[in-house]
Amino acid sequence: MVEKMDSLQHDVLVVGGGGAGLRAAIAVARDHPDTSVGVISKVYPMRSHTVSAEGGAAAVISPSDSLDDHAYDTISGSDWLADQDAVEILVENATDEMLQLEHWGCPWSRDPDGHVSVRPFGGMKLERTWYAADKTGFHLLHTLFQTTLKYDAIIRYDEWFVTSLIVADGRCQGVTAIDIRTGEMLSIGAKSVVLCTGGGGRVYPFTTNGSIKTGDGMSLAYRAGVPLKDMEFVQYHPTGLPGTGILITEAARSEGGVLVNNEGRRYLQDYGLGQPLDLKDPDHPRKRTMELGPRDRLSQAFVKEREAGRTFEGADGDYVELDIRHLGEREIDRKIPMVRELAVRYIGIDPVHDPIPVRTVVHYMMGGIDTDTRGATSLPGLFAAGECACVSVNGANRLGSNSLTEILVFGARAAVAAVDHASRVSLPSNQLLESSARSEQSRLEATLLRKNGGAETVSGIRSDLQEALEEGAGIFRDEATLQRTCSTITDLQERYEKLVLTDTSRTFNTELVTALELGAMLDIGEAIAHSALARTESRGSHQRTDHPDRDDPGFLKHSLAYQSEGNPTIDYKDVTITRWPPGERVYGSD
Amino acid sequence: MGATDRTVLDVYRYLPDNESEPTFQSYEFDYQDNWVVLDALNHIKAEIDSTLSFRWSCRMGVCGSCGMMVNGEPKLTCETFIRDYDTQTITIEPLSHFPVIRDLVINMDDFMEKLPRVSPWLIPDEDKPLEDGEYLQTPAQVAHYKRFSMCINCMLCYSACPVYGLDPSFTGPAVLALAARYNLDSRDDGMKERAAEVSAHEGIWECTYVGECTQVCPKDVDPAGAIQMLKLSYALDWAKSVVMPRSSGS
Amino acid sequence: MTRELTRPLPWNWWLKKAVYFQFMMRELTSVAVFAYALLIIWALLSAADAGAFSTFYTFLSSSLSVWLHLVILVLALYHTGTWIALTPKVMVLWRGDERVDPGVIAGANSILFLMISGAVIWLVLM
Repeated sequence: MVEKMDSLQHDVLVVGGGGAGLRAAIAVARDHPDTSVGVISKVYPMRSHTVSAEGGAAAVISPSDSLDDHAYDTISGSDWLADQDAVEILVENATDEMLQLEHWGCPWSRDPDGHVSVRPFGGMKLERTWYAADKTGFHLLHTLFQTTLKYDAIIRYDEWFVTSLIVADGRCQGVTAIDIRTGEMLSIGAKSVVLCTGGGGRVYPFTTNGSIKTGDGMSLAYRAGVPLKDMEFVQYHPTGLPGTGILITEAARSEGGVLVNNEGRRYLQDYGLGQPLDLKDPDHPRKRTMELGPRDRLSQAFVKEREAGRTFEGADGDYVELDIRHLGEREIDRKIPMVRELAVRYIGIDPVHDPIPVRTVVHYMMGGIDTDTRGATSLPGLFAAGECACVSVNGANRLGSNSLTEILVFGARAAVAAVDHASRVSLPSNQLLESSARSEQSRLEATLLRKNGGAETVSGIRSDLQEALEEGAGIFRDEATLQRTCSTITDLQERYEKLVLTDTSRTFNTELVTALELGAMLDIGEAIAHSALARTESRGSHQRTDHPDRDDPGFLKHSLAYQSEGNPTIDYKDVTITRWPPGERVYGSD
Repeated sequence: MGATDRTVLDVYRYLPDNESEPTFQSYEFDYQDNWVVLDALNHIKAEIDSTLSFRWSCRMGVCGSCGMMVNGEPKLTCETFIRDYDTQTITIEPLSHFPVIRDLVINMDDFMEKLPRVSPWLIPDEDKPLEDGEYLQTPAQVAHYKRFSMCINCMLCYSACPVYGLDPSFTGPAVLALAARYNLDSRDDGMKERAAEVSAHEGIWECTYVGECTQVCPKDVDPAGAIQMLKLSYALDWAKSVVMPRSSGS
Repeated sequence: MTRELTRPLPWNWWLKKAVYFQFMMRELTSVAVFAYALLIIWALLSAADAGAFSTFYTFLSSSLSVWLHLVILVLALYHTGTWIALTPKVMVLWRGDERVDPGVIAGANSILFLMISGAVIWLVLM
């Protein structure tokens, strides 16, 4: 595959061209124009999964709102696993980031007087979610991408797949990557590498996530000895379309949509989420109540309803109904037009006239690469931000609309830390870059690209992994099934060693890309399963039927999964508590 | 419609590594009523032929990756349902008017090179500090440019445009629509700055209003409308600069 | 490295799709408009001299000329129709945050066209 050795280098190399990555790149190019910056991504930046985010981004803007309120909502939403210093940084910087996006042209939805509108969101005490109809992620990403085009200094490597981090002298010095178009393996040297590669929802069979969400960056860090933090916390979004898993945004509930079971009952009232208001009540929907409760609790309620036989049965599994008819056609087309488009197109239902069938679907990973509040990892020269990172601001459960905020705040912060580190080290030697590319090339030729074929396929191993995780690491977990999942993953890793590609061509070989992604997925899967097995308590989105209570004395700490010979080693580290001592999560009473 | 038991996809294959000419390969599988073309392609890759290369990601019509020619029409394959086709066989080819890298993967460098040329970013007259808050913009002002901001860069419009097919130096519908998006944004004052690239021979003036770009756009952006509006606004701007040279300000 | 395949448009691209054919026909109607402009120029140039005008008038009353006029009229009307259909694309009017229906714009322009045509016809016939 290697045609020539190229010596490409930057001070800062951003891996991933989504919201966090592009924000980081702009931070370098605009605020540190003497620092060279590259962005490498396995897809063109406009395809990054940020594009599919719908509901909005949270930032305090109302006079009756406060940073402390946003912080408390986030911390209690996280079931107290979030690091409070990180949360304080998030809420403090959120508003400026949203304003910055607005100044860059983001078409935020507006009030009649021209000010930015905000809507309520799950688990939030007050309206603070900025939105652009229900395509906030799309507008945010395109605004960021188009803004990066202003800066010639940002060098992009579109459709390059990073296969490893170059680590030498105890620090990260760049990456090896395949130019997907040509199949060439090359090294890119960097003083600082910032991973902004997103989450890994595709390790589950039913997910809102696009095909590219395979945890690549998490795996890169993991293999370089950096721990993955809190991987057991996987968010199931309560409202995905059956069959496809396409996301129906929480904003549908912000605008007043309600969830009903097969008895026509708004069942969330039976799960400690308060009492339902009449739909015509001006206070409906009441914040932090019922359908505006936190996602983990809503998803758990769905499972309980299903066990009790109160969900509808459908060709694509059980579902409940999301009813937005009472909003009226005009409001729906103005505030949540994409919800209507998606329901009509993929389910054949017009939500103006009929309720939308919805069910729980894997959506987000609270866990990720362990970083501090500057975005730095334990490996000097390696930084991370966005869904691939775990600072942690989301703890055991993320509130909707905090992620788009997080990627901007911490994308910018990681860039600052990366620039700072770059100012104190030198570029890698050409010799290091060349030898790294050569050895990566050999590694592939000795494994995926070797000639003696086996029976294993990427799709076969992948679907077995997905099934195993859904079985053992779903919404409710227990020791026995988790053990089975862990050992299945070990088997799958052995099967992966035997995997040989059918397609050994060089030009745009997507079988190779999916096989490399599968390798990352196996790493993520093992981190999730083993971390979940080790956490013998229930907290947020990690619910153990064999340990149903929250255990602060034992587990008010973050899991750290380290790659090891055999099973990962699980260690722990304390949660940073500043001003909000752990308490009960209370929803539904105000 | 299409209620046969089996479906056949006739798929364009091109493998430059083999030094061979492009061919079509037929894949047959059970008909599924709720499948989109992308589901079928993924089924083929997973179960029949793992060497088939194509781009996709979000599968919900927002990332713009999966554009291909389906029975000769440019479509987002994640939004194109097999049940809407009468025939048992459906032909899948890479997007027209772009070079083919491999199989269904086209080279979109031309688009990526053209986009920055029209300065598709906000150019306000004065920089506003963040402490001053947001630019005020009423819902009506947002509506003026909103439609043109919906482009997902899927390039179906380039495939539908015969002008681009005949002359690849034409800037093209999506890029020009994005220029319009910024010109019409009340916070933007960059119309004159964009004139050199937009109101150029290869820009809006090469468009002969075939209108097919708007017809195929999956997001209802109406790039044809954007280009005709740009023609009027730049023509008026030019006329003003001729008739009232001293008063043509911003 | 690896070679990419370009697929140039064939010379008969406009015969491959109905909409492309219609587009080419629409563009060809401008030839009809141009032809009539030539006719009017001929009329103007021959107005000064009685002999030249007589030649012109003879041609005008010939059956060839009548057929030509009919064909040109049909093509010109089609041409005008497509222009009127284009006007909502260019004249975007807003009522608050809602766009004035494109049909209203096209309709208004059609009426304007008919009124002006009517006035010209009345002037000529008077």
